Amino acid sequence: MQLSQEAVLSGTVLSLRGEVIASSVLVDAVSFAYRATPVLDGASFELGVGEFVALAGPNGSGKSTLMRIVLGLLPATSGRVEVLGRPPAQLRERWRIGYVPQRPVAAALLPATVADVVAAGRLARRGWWRRPTAGDRVAVDSALEAVALGERRGHRLAELSGGQQQRAFIAKALATEPDLLVLDEPTAGVDADSQRRFRSALLAARGRGATVLLVSHELGAVADDLDRLLLLSGGKISFDGSPADLAASGVSLGVHATDLPVWLEGLA
Amino acid sequence: MSFAVPTLAALPLPWPFDRQYMQLALAAGMVVGLCAPLIGTFLVQKRLSLLGDGIGHVAFAGVAAGLLVDVWPIWTALVAAITGAVAIEWLRARGRAGGDLALALFFYSGIAGGVVLTGLAGALDSSTLTYLFGSILTVDRADVITITVLGAGIVAVMVVGWRALFSIVLDEDAARVAGLPVDRLNLGLAALTAVTVVAGMRIVGVLLVAALMVLPVGAAQRLTRSFGATMVVASAIGVLSAIVGLGAARQWALAPGGTIVLVAAAAFAVAGVARAGRDHSGPRRQTAVGA
Repeated sequence: MQLSQEAVLSGTVLSLRGEVIASSVLVDAVSFAYRATPVLDGASFELGVGEFVALAGPNGSGKSTLMRIVLGLLPATSGRVEVLGRPPAQLRERWRIGYVPQRPVAAALLPATVADVVAAGRLARRGWWRRPTAGDRVAVDSALEAVALGERRGHRLAELSGGQQQRAFIAKALATEPDLLVLDEPTAGVDADSQRRFRSALLAARGRGATVLLVSHELGAVADDLDRLLLLSGGKISFDGSPADLAASGVSLGVHATDLPVWLEGLA
Repeated sequence: MSFAVPTLAALPLPWPFDRQYMQLALAAGMVVGLCAPLIGTFLVQKRLSLLGDGIGHVAFAGVAAGLLVDVWPIWTALVAAITGAVAIEWLRARGRAGGDLALALFFYSGIAGGVVLTGLAGALDSSTLTYLFGSILTVDRADVITITVLGAGIVAVMVVGWRALFSIVLDEDAARVAGLPVDRLNLGLAALTAVTVVAGMRIVGVLLVAALMVLPVGAAQRLTRSFGATMVVASAIGVLSAIVGLGAARQWALAPGGTIVLVAAAAFAVAGVARAGRDHSGPRRQTAVGA
């Protein structure tokens, strides 16, 4: 997808912060290789402000690599990346990106409460050397409520189930009130109740106007809510459209949690 | 090294801290008991419990260099320890110290270099033991002042930086995405580990100082829930270990450094038993939470 200057201008939208940006995420002809092994080969896509998009693909297709490039954790070998209107390395208000890493499993003896974890999400926004303010505490409470963990705030993280721990890390990302929320395989192996609460937390973030990028194999919980689905295979975006378009092509997302990985492998 | 410090009379403290040498030992021991677990809380969570031990080995090479060139060994140990700590963190951050072999090479080179340099200085005798196993009963006012200044620096940095360091412990990538200066904070923690090793060197020795960083934390994290409480309780256990260890050492004429560490180890064991007892008595709550 080559974006012309006209397209950028005509596509401008006002972000949550009142600034004019063309898109929340712009990935234009991005390639990446680990040493001599190519992983991405001219991948392009764009996320509009407030869109809810899933990035799916077979194992080893480079989903995580592409996500790390968007997050600024890896530099692309070539191509252009903009996040919230700037190259990732130049984005100063980093707290505007909320990131939920893949299945962070707490060590059994990690001395941290759920509230400790969520409060850590506020650090970047207020300055890591500053003490928490009343505003920080309100944001932490509100993020805990959004993932239905308010009553667990004083529990040790390691005492929670895998799904509850995942929700705690989602609350940590939500606590900064991000404009872009990126989640890496957030529902893998998570129980049904947590999946339901996970969905409502994401819909609440999107309701605030945040753009949500879900990098996942398992879309069961949110398949009906997605604006778009991106499929990555062969280092490129091989499908970019609505789940309905995908369904029209004969692929059912009805029981996605189980059949999605199967047909994704077929696309590889 | 000696800078002029006026001699003062002993404070009116009860036995076993009625003598001035015991009071100086108490002051130095309490400062190290307070600071070492603050740093150790992060090392334990990062699975770097033995880092302090390794840096202690490197610091010993610094001590030996000081003895050789006739400079106060505290300063040369500080330079060696900080250089070693920063180098180790540099290796770790680049994934080149994933296996412990690189660290082992580093640490054993440190202690072997120390032995060779001490031999060259003609000091491979009982004075070496002072640094290997501590000599808390011989600390003077200059030592106490140096240790207190180093300790105050550690506490100040921890008060400001502990939340950011905790965020890195939780998830280093997420901390980077959030824009925290992860590399600089990790280097800072490594440097503070080195400072703690040197501050504790006269108290329990380079071979045992890591124990004061780790054992009180192991005890505290079995008793507390939040990260902040773990730091506070670990420091309290560190200070109590110093007090009880010194008292016991005087009562039974034991080696004070080793006694302090054994008290901390006992606290670890007691906390482990208390935790196991609590887990046994509350299975219903555990099940409910894990559901």
